[in-house]
Amino acid sequence: MRRLLFVLPLIVLAALTAIFVLGLNPNRDPHEIDSPLIGKPVASFTAPALADGQPGIADSDFLTGAYKGQVVAINFFASWCVPCRAEHPLLKKLSAEAGIPVLGLAWKDKKEALQGFLGELGNPYDRVGTDENGRIGIVGFGITGVPETFIIDKQGIIRDRIPGPLSDDLIETQLLPLIKDLQK
Amino acid sequence: MSGVSLTCTSLSCALRHGLAAAFVAAFLLTGLVSASSAVQPDEVLSDPALEARAEAISRDIRCVVCQSKSIDESDADIAHELRVMVREQLKAGATDDQVRAYLVARYGDFVLLKPPFKAKTALIWTGPFLLLLGAGIGIYLYYCRAKRVEAAPLSAAEEARLKDLLKPGEGHLDGGDKEDGYTPGPYLGGDVT
Repeated sequence: MRRLLFVLPLIVLAALTAIFVLGLNPNRDPHEIDSPLIGKPVASFTAPALADGQPGIADSDFLTGAYKGQVVAINFFASWCVPCRAEHPLLKKLSAEAGIPVLGLAWKDKKEALQGFLGELGNPYDRVGTDENGRIGIVGFGITGVPETFIIDKQGIIRDRIPGPLSDDLIETQLLPLIKDLQK
Repeated sequence: MSGVSLTCTSLSCALRHGLAAAFVAAFLLTGLVSASSAVQPDEVLSDPALEARAEAISRDIRCVVCQSKSIDESDADIAHELRVMVREQLKAGATDDQVRAYLVARYGDFVLLKPPFKAKTALIWTGPFLLLLGAGIGIYLYYCRAKRVEAAPLSAAEEARLKDLLKPGEGHLDGGDKEDGYTPGPYLGGDVT
């Protein structure tokens, strides 16, 4: 009993140290919170197209429309978002290597600014929809900011959510295997 | 502190207390400022009862960007959107629980500053009480045991040593008693006495 009392502070110290070391882990992202929407069908939404004459994006596209029976990625972005710039080249890579269409949803942005952004950096998106008041992102996908990427399976169900910019490593170790699995 | 300042006569003393009072005032002010709501005038509902409900709900909804603030306090863009959404829902006739459920469906339990009691969160809610209970039981057992243990009777050797020590005029500093295995330390041996 008495020995236990002497060891107790050491045990507490060790436990606290472990918690702090885990908390300091540079790879830990406090924004990575499991989304309750994973495993749920895409909510109903209609995002108007960026330019007249082009198709916008709607939830019906996944079940009955152009992307029926396909795995797709949805990327929320904005021209005012700096990490989106950094992520931009990787979207093309994701689309090419996984063989899936990447759809862009412009979150809280103006059409002119978006056209400038895509004109400058290139357009990796199969389609671009606009979410000017941000409601599609918040109500439909529960995003906490941009960029955020979602993987939608053949049945129109959300399978993964990546808050923050994509990285080479993330695409190769997480997304490509998942997409391959979903494409089976 | 006010008791001291009453008897304060010198200028430096008065200055010191003035400074202290200023610090206290600054602290109180920062408290007020940080507790203030970030609600914009154009967000406020015309119905004061509905607005009060909206604010009460908002105070318990976590801002998903600046995670340690509620949406009521946060200036973040997304917090503003969530505040407006809470108000829209209330205006449409949703109950407080329905509004919360609406947000939880999108952002998970994480969005609630007070996590609900579930199997996963049971330890958070019961942990402090369990610790208190554990400590209480520990202390109780410790004292119970301390009371119950009776001093063991002395052994024959101890008895002899005690008698020896108690012998008048013959302390144990004068060279030690080899018989009971007692050897004086370096400080005690030699010519101390």
